[in-house]
Amino acid sequence: MAATAFTINGKTANVEAEPDTPLLWVVREHLKLTGTKFGCGSGLCGACTVHIDGKAVRSCQISVSKVAGRKVTTIEGLSPNGQHPLQKAWVAEQVPQCGYCQSGQIMQAAALLATNKKPTREQIVTHMDGNICRCGTYPRIVRAIQRASREA
Amino acid sequence: MTIQIRNGSVDTSISRRGFVAGAAGLTFAFTLGGMGRGGEALGATQPTKFNAFVSIAADNTITIICPSAEMGQGVYTSLPLILAEELDADWSRVKTEFAPANPKVYGNYHRLFEGAQITAASVAVPGYFTPLRLAGAQARKVLLDAVADKWKVPVSELTTDKSTIIHKKSGRKISYGEVVAFASVPAEPPKISESDLKKPSQFKLIGRKDIGRSDVPLKVNGSAKYGIDVQVPGMVYASVLQSPMEGAKPKDVNVPDVMKVKGVTKVIPLPFGVAVIGDTVEATRSGLQALKVTWDTSGATAAGFDSDKAKADYAAKAKDPSAETKVEYQVGDVKAGLSGAVKTVEAAYWTEYTYHAQMEPMNAVAQVSEDGKSADIWTGTQFGALASLIISGILKTTPDQVRIHQQFLGGGYGRRIWPDAAIQATILSNITKKPVKLILTREEDIAAARPRPMTHHLIKAGLDAKGNLVGWHHRLVSENVDAVAAPPRFKATGGKDYIGARGLDQAFYAIPNALAEYVREDRGMRVHAWRGIGSGYNKFAAEAFLDEVAQTAGKDPLAMRLELTKDKPRASAVIKAVVEMSDFKRSRPGHGMGIAFSDYHDTLSAGVAEISLDQKTGKIKVHNYWVAVDPGLVIQPDHVHAQLESAVIYGLSAALIEQFVVKDGSVQATNFDSYPVMRMSEVPEIHTKIVTTDNPPSGMGEIGVVSVAPAIANAVFQLTGKRLRHLPMTAERVKKTLA
Repeated sequence: MAATAFTINGKTANVEAEPDTPLLWVVREHLKLTGTKFGCGSGLCGACTVHIDGKAVRSCQISVSKVAGRKVTTIEGLSPNGQHPLQKAWVAEQVPQCGYCQSGQIMQAAALLATNKKPTREQIVTHMDGNICRCGTYPRIVRAIQRASREA
Repeated sequence: MTIQIRNGSVDTSISRRGFVAGAAGLTFAFTLGGMGRGGEALGATQPTKFNAFVSIAADNTITIICPSAEMGQGVYTSLPLILAEELDADWSRVKTEFAPANPKVYGNYHRLFEGAQITAASVAVPGYFTPLRLAGAQARKVLLDAVADKWKVPVSELTTDKSTIIHKKSGRKISYGEVVAFASVPAEPPKISESDLKKPSQFKLIGRKDIGRSDVPLKVNGSAKYGIDVQVPGMVYASVLQSPMEGAKPKDVNVPDVMKVKGVTKVIPLPFGVAVIGDTVEATRSGLQALKVTWDTSGATAAGFDSDKAKADYAAKAKDPSAETKVEYQVGDVKAGLSGAVKTVEAAYWTEYTYHAQMEPMNAVAQVSEDGKSADIWTGTQFGALASLIISGILKTTPDQVRIHQQFLGGGYGRRIWPDAAIQATILSNITKKPVKLILTREEDIAAARPRPMTHHLIKAGLDAKGNLVGWHHRLVSENVDAVAAPPRFKATGGKDYIGARGLDQAFYAIPNALAEYVREDRGMRVHAWRGIGSGYNKFAAEAFLDEVAQTAGKDPLAMRLELTKDKPRASAVIKAVVEMSDFKRSRPGHGMGIAFSDYHDTLSAGVAEISLDQKTGKIKVHNYWVAVDPGLVIQPDHVHAQLESAVIYGLSAALIEQFVVKDGSVQATNFDSYPVMRMSEVPEIHTKIVTTDNPPSGMGEIGVVSVAPAIANAVFQLTGKRLRHLPMTAERVKKTLA
């Protein structure tokens, strides 16, 4: 067991965990930030997407030891009160159904808009293609990203 | 089934053919007033419970109980909205809570379930529509009576709007919250009958496009709680290496090796697999990877089952005149119809096993009491009442001692009907004497799959001299889903398969002689309800074959469908609607267009697919998909569109991509690499349309799945002249057919 210190949603976390523990389980079970979801454990579905130093990363694929000293943002920390343009657009377009993959979808989309404020539809699809939504909310995800891009 | 109202209570007659009636041994008396705090003087200190479904607090917060599971299909909003409509509630002050598992109070009296509290078959809205309206109207009546009494005015002079009672004559107004400060719920609740309910023209909430779903805000900021998010004090974690097939038991387990893994506290071989208990999820995962297990498959029916090799047996059974069959649909005399036909046509169809692939792997938190006689279970389940029933049997207690704390479901699609994770977590909590959080890995979730069965179809049709369809014989060969998922009904029907045979009927087509029969294969797979159930594969075979019949008759497939539905105006209306919206008859060079019609539990729909094909690879590209639906009264229009988009994508995924094979009784897939599902880049433009009728509401969760596969197969034929008769229509399979 070793302690790892990093920043999560603007606060310092000091976590006692085996160094090879996937960040996902540290976030969900140790820090109780359960908005980030477990879907496949193999980087195939995107449900566990968080930001590390602003970049979208599959938290099931990175060990906690690798985030020492870095800044982690989860869905809970994307905006102070859930009012990120994407979150507003997600409500306006009524995107989620079961909702389980949506934290990952939003975090993935947020990383896109952070570097490309006006993505084309094609760029959106390419960027989002690693995130599975089994309820098939894909058309609404595209519309919500386009709306956020317009309204942000 | 008729609902009778006596003294404000709703009574229903009970038939023993209910989904779980035989197993549950439960009675399904349903009383709106049963949970009310009859006769009590009520204060402002706590919300007033008007009946089992609604309570109102002094601050005007209205809490409405949702008896069904929310898995994305929208009942967390639509069911409360129905009650709020009759209550004339201020929707902005309504909050939803999930009901406990208590079928006596919260059962669904739809004809399919007859009082079982299960969320399945797209019948939550149709089943609860009237009871919830009555519950809302009843609460409103109590409020009105209380105010009439206090103000000494006739109740007929009072009106309501947005949680406010208005006396127009005197200009007085009072909010529901203020009323509950002095009102009491009478011991005998006021009588309400359907004639007291609003006319659709009076609806203020039902049918509104601008009312969003109540769970959406919770699902964009991470605050929605799923079963996997629950933590309770003192809990330990569990992973379970699932038995590779039903009935396989662990034989040799390297327990000492696994116990060396840091954080692993117990390794427990059990009849359903090997459990690794630990202090953290990651410890149980490492323990799982260290496990080496050999299995005793002597008691497993599926031992040695190979789904590819078995196909020869399925095909033989389809042709065997002496095979034991169950009649699932019959009209006229099919033998006479076929023997008198001028032309006959016959074809065989196949579909492979599919996995639900719900994004939230199966999980549960269970806490068994110290005496082992009661338990608390936190999980997202489509059938909490079944979980409490089964678990009460394991703990040798009564179902009311097993409290199911319902959470949001990270996808259901039928998978969360069977409460295997809750059962396993309970057994582990009982052994460890601690609360246990069990989370299946994706690999375990697939190993424990409860798939849509592999199916084989042999269909024959006969045409008379004018090309009229005079005989239709559809034989389905597959495992029996009811036998696994609904054993009481399987027994009650003498071995039929309600789930698997859905869609074998031709109730909307004027075919004078039709027979659909079912032949059972028993391969030991845990076959289960999967979004659209039997209709998913039966309508694929039937609707694709109907195009073959049209071709034989020298008719246009659309004209033939319109002819067959000429006496069913709702059916022909959705067909005409989808034809119009897709401009179906316009030819698109290089593209094929295909149409299919389907019904599902009273909802009607038709779909059109526009496809092109990469001749080299065999890959089908769907460019556009149009779907028209008639679900009767629409509660939430935007969400009807959303459900169609969702179901169409689920159907596309099943039509084009999804399958697994079985070797040695084990599912040959492990994760989303070996079991791919549809991703964003493969999704066509989807166009949806609601055909409005004044029929009672029917379900929307599954209907969109059903027409997708046959519409695509028919579009491929239009483009290539080749019939695709095997799902999924993968590039590899299409290429073989084109060759």
